[in-house]
Amino acid sequence: MSVLKPTGSIRRRLVIQLAIIAALLSLAFFFTVRFVAEQAATDTQDNILAASATSIADAVYSEGGAVRLELPYSALSMLGTISEDRVFYRVIVDGETLTGYEDLPINEARNASRTPLFETMEYRGDNVRTATVSRTLSVGNQSRTVLVVVGQTRLGLAAISTRITTTATAVGVGFFLFATALSAFAAQNALSPLNKLAESVARRGPNDLRPVVATTPTELVPLVSGLNSFMRRLRDALNRSEDLIAEAAHRIRTPLATVRTQAEVIHRQMERPKNRNSVREMIRAVDESSRSAGQLLDHAMVTFRSDQLETQDIDPKELLHEVVDRLSPTAELKDIQIDLQLPNNDFSISGDPILLQNAARNILDNAIKYSPGETEIVVRLIPSDTCRIDFIDQGRGFADADIRNLTKRFSRGTNVNDIVGSGLGLTIADDVARAHGGKLVIGTNDNGVGACVSLVLPLS
Amino acid sequence: MRFLLVEDNEELAKALSDRFALDGHVVDHAPNLGDAELRTRTVAYDLILLDIMLPDGDGREFLRSHRINADSTPVIVLTARSEVSDRVGLLDLGADDYITKPFDFSELEARSRAVLRRLGGAANNSKEFGGVVFDSTAGQITFNGHSEALRNRELRLLEIFFNAPGKIFSKSYLMDRLFSFQDDVSENAIEVYIGRLRRKLQDSPVTIETVRGVGYHMTQKT
Repeated sequence: MSVLKPTGSIRRRLVIQLAIIAALLSLAFFFTVRFVAEQAATDTQDNILAASATSIADAVYSEGGAVRLELPYSALSMLGTISEDRVFYRVIVDGETLTGYEDLPINEARNASRTPLFETMEYRGDNVRTATVSRTLSVGNQSRTVLVVVGQTRLGLAAISTRITTTATAVGVGFFLFATALSAFAAQNALSPLNKLAESVARRGPNDLRPVVATTPTELVPLVSGLNSFMRRLRDALNRSEDLIAEAAHRIRTPLATVRTQAEVIHRQMERPKNRNSVREMIRAVDESSRSAGQLLDHAMVTFRSDQLETQDIDPKELLHEVVDRLSPTAELKDIQIDLQLPNNDFSISGDPILLQNAARNILDNAIKYSPGETEIVVRLIPSDTCRIDFIDQGRGFADADIRNLTKRFSRGTNVNDIVGSGLGLTIADDVARAHGGKLVIGTNDNGVGACVSLVLPLS
Repeated sequence: MRFLLVEDNEELAKALSDRFALDGHVVDHAPNLGDAELRTRTVAYDLILLDIMLPDGDGREFLRSHRINADSTPVIVLTARSEVSDRVGLLDLGADDYITKPFDFSELEARSRAVLRRLGGAANNSKEFGGVVFDSTAGQITFNGHSEALRNRELRLLEIFFNAPGKIFSKSYLMDRLFSFQDDVSENAIEVYIGRLRRKLQDSPVTIETVRGVGYHMTQKT
C-alpha cells in the first residue's frame, strides 16, 4: 500500500505554464501583426488618395474669370491600382460644386490647407475613406478657394485585413503549437536527472542502503544529500534494532538458561514427588517462555523479510536435507525416525532461503513435538506443476474444527493443551508460503492417524 | 567427557558445570576468549561449548581461528539468538552445531553425540564390561562376536549403566536422563526400556537387575 498521494506532475505543470506563456505571446504577435499591417494598408490608401486629390487640385485653373478643371485621368486611375473599389470625387469652388458627386460630404471647417485631411465615413451604404485638399486660386483679382475631395470604398482594405488576419492567426497557432512541443521536450529533458535518480533508487534491493553516488544537477543536490542522510539514519536504525534484538534475546535467554539449568540440578536432587513436580512445572514454564520469545522473534523476522522479499534459486532437496539434519537429534531423543523421500530429478524454486528454511523447520518441529515416541515422520517432496512438501506424522492430528483457525496468530489446537507451544509455528509457515505465492495445506494423514501439513510453492 | 565451556555469565557457567557434573562429565570454564585459547592449547577436549557474545570479542572470531589452526575439536555454539540467518552464518564459520539458550540437556547431549558421530567418533567412546563392548557412537553392543543395534533411548539408558557398572540408579534418576521435561510419562515407562535392554542382553554375560525398592544396576550374570 502506498502512502504517496501524487499532487500532479512537475512536467505537466511546467508544460502547461510554458504553453500559457506561448499562447499569450502568440496572441500578442497576432494583434501586433494585424495592427501594423492594417495601419500600413490604411497609410498606403491614404497616400494614394492624397496624391489623387492633390493632382486634381493642381489641375484646376482659371480661364477668363472662370474656374476650370481638366480632370487628369491618372488621378483616378492610380486609385484603381489598389483594388477594384469604387471611387468618388467632388471639386468645390467657394462652396459650389464644380464637378463630381454633389452629395459627397465635406468638412468645411478645415479646408484652408494643402495638407490633406483624411476621414472615414458612411457614404451610399459603404464605408468610404476620403482625402480632402484645398487650394487657393487667383481668378482675376479674386481669390477663390478650391476644395477637392477624393473618396474610395474600403472593401479592398477589408479583404487585405482579412487576409492578414488569417495569416497572422495561422502563424500564431503554428507558433503556439511549436512552442508547446518545445516546452514538452524541454521539460522532459530538464526532469530526466530526476527520473534517473528515481530509477536508480527504485532498482535497489530492499537491503541496499548505500548512499546514492551519481553526478547530480545542482538543484538536486539537496534532495540527494537528504536521501543519503535518510538512508544512513535508516541503516543505523536497522543496525541498532538488530543489535537490540540480539542484545534483548541475550539478556532474556541467558538468565532463563541459568534458571532452567539450576532448576534441573535441583530437580535431580529432589526426592519427594510433589516437589519434583513443582520444579518440573517451573522448567516447562521456562521452556514455554523461551519458545514463545524465539517464535515471536522468528515471526517478526518473517514479517519483515516477507514485506521485502528477496528471492534466489533454491534447491528444495538441499534445503530439506539441512532442515532434517538439524532436527534429527531432537527426533532421535524420542526414537522418532525421519524418512526423507526425495525425487531423483533436479529442480529449483525461487524464494528466500532463510524464510523457507524457517517455515520447513517450524512444521517439522511441530511434527516432532506432537508425535509419540518410536514413530515415523515422512518428509516427502513431490514436484509436479508446483513444489509440494508433505510433512506426515503419526501424532494426534488436528481436530476438524481447528483446521481453519490454526494459521491465525497464537491459535492452537484444542487437543494439545498438555504440550508446550506458542501458536505461532503454523502462522509463520503460512506467512512464508503466502509471501512466495504458495499456500499451506493442513490436513490429516491418509491413514487417518496423525497430521499431514503441506507446503505448496510455485516452481521457478 | 571433558567439555570446555566458554561463557561469560558466571551464574550460567556455574549452573551448567553443576548440571554436567551430575551426568559425570568434567567441565572447564573459560569466561573469555583469551582464557579459552589458553586452555585449548594445553588440554584436549571432547567438545567445546561456545557462547557468541563475550566480553573480549565475538565468539565467531574464536571459531575462525579455531578452524584456521585446524583444530578438530567439535564446537557447539550456545546462542541466545534464534534467527536462522545467524545460525547459518555460524555453521559457515565452522561451528559443528548450535543450540539456542535455554536448552534441554538431553538435546545438547543428543547434538554432541550427533556431532561426534559425524566426525567419526572419539576413540575412547566404547566401553567394556563383563565381555560386553558398548559403543555409544555406533549405537551398538557387541558380545560373543555378535552385535545388537540400540535405539536412542536404549542407548542412553545403557550408557548410564556402562559409565558406572554395578552402581544402583533409582527409577526417577533414570527417568530424568531418559525423558525430557516435556514428555508426560509415568515411572513405569522406564520398565519398558529396562525390559528391552534385558532382551537384547539375554545371551550376553551381563544383565540389568532390579534392586527392590531402590532401582536398577548392571551386573555380571552369576
